[in-house]
Amino acid sequence: MNSPLKCDFCVNSATVHLTQIVNNKVHKVDLCEECAQKKGVTDPSGFSLADLLLKASLNPEKALTGTRCPKCNFTQPDFKKTGRFGCPSCYETFKDMLDAMLDGMHKGTTHVGKVPKLALTRKSLYERLTKLETGLTEAVKSERYEEAARFRDEINEVKQSAAPKLEEKR
Amino acid sequence: MTISTLLDSASELTDSTSSKTAIVLMTRVRLARNLSGQPFPGWARPAQRDLILDKCQKAVTSISPLKRGLSLSVNELSELEKLNLVERHLISRELSGSTQGSGVIISRDQTFSVMVNEEDHLRIQVLRSGFHLKKAWNQIDDLDSALEEALDFAFSPSLGYLTACPTNLGTGLRASAMMHLPALVISSQMEKVVRAVNQLGMVVRGLFGEGSDASGSIFQISNQMTLGETEEDIIKRLSSVLQSIVEHEMNARQKLIETDSGKLFDKLGRAYGILQNSHLLTSGEAMNLLSLVRLGVDLKMYPESCRSIIDRLFIEAQPGHLQYAQKGACDPQQRDFLRAAKLRTEFANVTKPDFSVSASDKN
Repeated sequence: MNSPLKCDFCVNSATVHLTQIVNNKVHKVDLCEECAQKKGVTDPSGFSLADLLLKASLNPEKALTGTRCPKCNFTQPDFKKTGRFGCPSCYETFKDMLDAMLDGMHKGTTHVGKVPKLALTRKSLYERLTKLETGLTEAVKSERYEEAARFRDEINEVKQSAAPKLEEKR
Repeated sequence: MTISTLLDSASELTDSTSSKTAIVLMTRVRLARNLSGQPFPGWARPAQRDLILDKCQKAVTSISPLKRGLSLSVNELSELEKLNLVERHLISRELSGSTQGSGVIISRDQTFSVMVNEEDHLRIQVLRSGFHLKKAWNQIDDLDSALEEALDFAFSPSLGYLTACPTNLGTGLRASAMMHLPALVISSQMEKVVRAVNQLGMVVRGLFGEGSDASGSIFQISNQMTLGETEEDIIKRLSSVLQSIVEHEMNARQKLIETDSGKLFDKLGRAYGILQNSHLLTSGEAMNLLSLVRLGVDLKMYPESCRSIIDRLFIEAQPGHLQYAQKGACDPQQRDFLRAAKLRTEFANVTKPDFSVSASDKN
């Protein structure tokens, strides 16, 4: 016989086995008596299945323990502890771990809702400006003045068009 | 505006009489938003939290519904003031427990509140009494769009709005309704309802959210999933689930009257007697009694004017509100005396329940 199932949250062996079907997907969580009590699984007035699944999907053996978020220094053990990420860039850094978690947590894995149009326009304008300004500096440095002039004109153009663009909704 | 004027003034929840409805007590929609390039509140250093708080407070207080509102830092509030805000659903327990670098901005009518540095940088909330999910969504959508002009939100085209916890990813939207379901509780059908609702990807919780009990037969039902569905679809799907729960509750009431009216009338009559005469009431018991009288109002056994009194008392009989009215903290037993005294006064002039209702004029 196999070794008894371990609780998804602690080292005790699991005695409570929860199976739930959400959106036609089967989810299984194994818990020891104590954790089941703590998580409110035995309370019919409700518990958060998503929370359970979130923690349970973090299989420690597959842990990318060495990875650190370059932006905020966050690691996977930190996530295991808190259930929350360190900064927006963590979503890139821990993409593999996230993909495993997202499977079944939500209705889908791709965003289809509201988009902050204004902020995105602002961001792309800003990125374009930065790129042009770098180009200009480089061109001046290597004495390619004709090119520099083109960069300068384009920068002015972008800056002039930026103000009204931020007002209008696309 | 100060915190005491806010707590002393009429609020959407306690004093709005226009949109009182049977079963759905209130609806709430919240959005989770974060600033791009900044660590989430739980991971940010104190200095970073302070900067984020400052930036968010400036942006939020510059837009119209919150311009004339009240902006508070959590560390300038007393425990009692925080408890009152929690009981009014204007801040969360988590925010009230934070010590430094978090705050809240509340509109004058207490329908909008924006928490800063709770789990996410911004938790924007709209709260309406009655069943108004669509309206609440439209209002919060406008507020969010206005905020977007001043703040760059962390957003990924594929994952949507990025949140500290992946359970809120995508739309960052949680819509919920507070439902009064006494007949489903009395007829022991609540467990079945919870299971069915869970299967549809929705969650059922007690009155004060995660981990709270369902005293007064009041349940909070909300969407669980935030990614892979548009905001409109989430609202639509939740609305239809809520609608079907309303129908189940109505049927359970009808059935109780047809098959078990003696037991039901006994409960309603006793509630009236205790509310008029008791001298010690815990908040759990008070909630349950008020809940029964509210059911009595729905069944036309008590006058309609009772409804707004009950809805106000659902909040004012909570420990924080009792102590605030008393102008100071007091121990639980003293509170139970105070609570009973308050309810005796409030119910002194409520007319006796009319037990002559027949099963036919219920809906």
